[in-house]
Amino acid sequence: MTMARHAGIALAAAVVIWVLSVSLSPFRDYQMADVAVYVVAIAGLTVLIGQSGQISLGNGAFMAIGAYTTVLLQLHLNWPLWALFPASAAIAAVAGVAVGAAAARLRGPYLAGATLLLAVALPSFATQFASVFGGDQGLGLTVTAPAALGATFPPTRWLAWVNAGTALIVLILLANLARSRIGRSWRAIRDDETAAALAGLNVARLRILAFVVSAACAGLAGAMLAVYSSQVSPGAFTLTLSIALLTGAVIGGLGSLAGALWGSLVIVLVPTYVTDVATSHGLTSTVAANIPVAAYGVVLIAVMILFPEGIQGGLRRFWGITPPTATTPFARLNSLRRRPPASEHQEEGTT
Amino acid sequence: MREFVQFTLGGISFGMVYAAIGLSLVLIWRGTRILNYAQGAMAMLTTYIAFTVIGHTGSYWAGFAVALAAGVLLGALIERTVVRPVENKPPLNAVVVTIGLLVFLEGVAGIIYGGQYRSFPAAFSITGLHAGSVPLGISLNDCFVAGAVLVAALGLAALFRYTSAGLRLRATAFNAYAARLLGVRVGRVLTLGWALAGLIGALAGVLVSPATFLYPASMDSIFVLGFTAAVIGGLDSPAGAIAGGLILGVALNYVGGYLGSNLVPIFGLAALIVVLMLRPSGLFSTTTSRQV
Repeated sequence: MTMARHAGIALAAAVVIWVLSVSLSPFRDYQMADVAVYVVAIAGLTVLIGQSGQISLGNGAFMAIGAYTTVLLQLHLNWPLWALFPASAAIAAVAGVAVGAAAARLRGPYLAGATLLLAVALPSFATQFASVFGGDQGLGLTVTAPAALGATFPPTRWLAWVNAGTALIVLILLANLARSRIGRSWRAIRDDETAAALAGLNVARLRILAFVVSAACAGLAGAMLAVYSSQVSPGAFTLTLSIALLTGAVIGGLGSLAGALWGSLVIVLVPTYVTDVATSHGLTSTVAANIPVAAYGVVLIAVMILFPEGIQGGLRRFWGITPPTATTPFARLNSLRRRPPASEHQEEGTT
Repeated sequence: MREFVQFTLGGISFGMVYAAIGLSLVLIWRGTRILNYAQGAMAMLTTYIAFTVIGHTGSYWAGFAVALAAGVLLGALIERTVVRPVENKPPLNAVVVTIGLLVFLEGVAGIIYGGQYRSFPAAFSITGLHAGSVPLGISLNDCFVAGAVLVAALGLAALFRYTSAGLRLRATAFNAYAARLLGVRVGRVLTLGWALAGLIGALAGVLVSPATFLYPASMDSIFVLGFTAAVIGGLDSPAGAIAGGLILGVALNYVGGYLGSNLVPIFGLAALIVVLMLRPSGLFSTTTSRQV
């Protein structure tokens, strides 16, 4: 039943995408491919944060892993497109197992710090091993539209189809996952880890699994990014990228897959628009390039303080639908205490 | 052997900078249980302010003093405006807000000062010192860096130990609820904690910038290593942050010296992961780690 509904929504979305891709200009098609990249990456991140309650500031690093996997496989082994995407997602998932195993033992700020360090550290690999990864210049790859579409077929429309189609498939899979037993278990450990463990859930394994899913999505998004921008360089995977993903997830509404779409649209369209307006008002390109960065910051702070449930949460409230995560009675009890004790286990004394 | 001594001494000055950032993180963590991801960006901004003041007045020490004062103001301002609303919310909200602050400050710095690398003046000579004819691998300025952080740390320790403000800070860190019942104005104490953290962070920014150049993201890697230093020390212990900074500074200087400077961030990550896997509560922490 759920599967049928998700498939129906996806079919409708596919029709919309097809109509848009045919009627829009090549530049808009290119932007559609860009939005699809962010949808996949942000959907992976929002599942990790919203469903399993873990945070990652390093998903840009997983995107880098996926992108370099795609370029290297295409360059050296000449793999076709349909094989590159799963391979990139798989390699990023393996990296996700490694990071997730470390992450499963970490909480809140420790986890955020460790993944932040991952985002800062990983691009230096590409510089250190320049013979493999092409150094700061990066590597290029060429993907052409299949000949069956005809010689005059616009390549940007082909890229929009590939990326948007991939994004749709990922969204269906993630939506089913969230409605499955695994999704319920994730929400259980997010809301009360100890209770979930007592109920028989394997907390560590579930937390690692969430990381793997999130990393695989990021790796796939990296592969899509490599294909549509036809090159990969360490400069594309800075800390700013990881933070843009977080911003998109927060704006859209943490844990909501529809929110991932809103977040991606904001992340792709608003900076382009702001930069255009700023340059047309005679500001220098440095200033124009930095305004969206500062705006990300303002948005992150404002959304978190003013309406933490994001765009999708706002839409839900507008339509009068209660979000699936009702607050527990204990949340009210806790709010009576002005602040939680300084350390959760301070009362137990020192060992 | 000569190289080894040089790398060790050189690592101490970098280590003291990591220690300063770590110390500022510990100050905020003890009071509010918030990890301030914007600490590096705040230090970057105050260093730019110092850069402007030095450019106008020509005096290094005027810029130095203004940077520290700006750090105090910025810390207090941030706590009052954007951190106060999320102090009692789930930890994730505070993480996102301070990350937002990090990109906001870097964006503002980029708008005002542009993205180019600027060289920041050092307080003292940066030519290497010699013991007889043997180069030591450090300069007079490196000694100043280490000394300044040490003085600041001792000053903080004295503040905590001997003043009534320090007693309030300790009481709030120990148990904010009980402190409030005993008449401590917890809100003001938290602002003071952030102001002190801003001061130490600003000091670190001014001290490290002659070695790293100054640009909007210049403190990112310093911050993550300062965070690593604080985690090695246990996030709860000011002395642990200093020790963690020194250990990390010296160890990473060996990596940079013997293996190549590109690998320093990777080894920083490895050090963080290893410490968190083996002793999640840090080497010097006094509280127990949480168990499932």
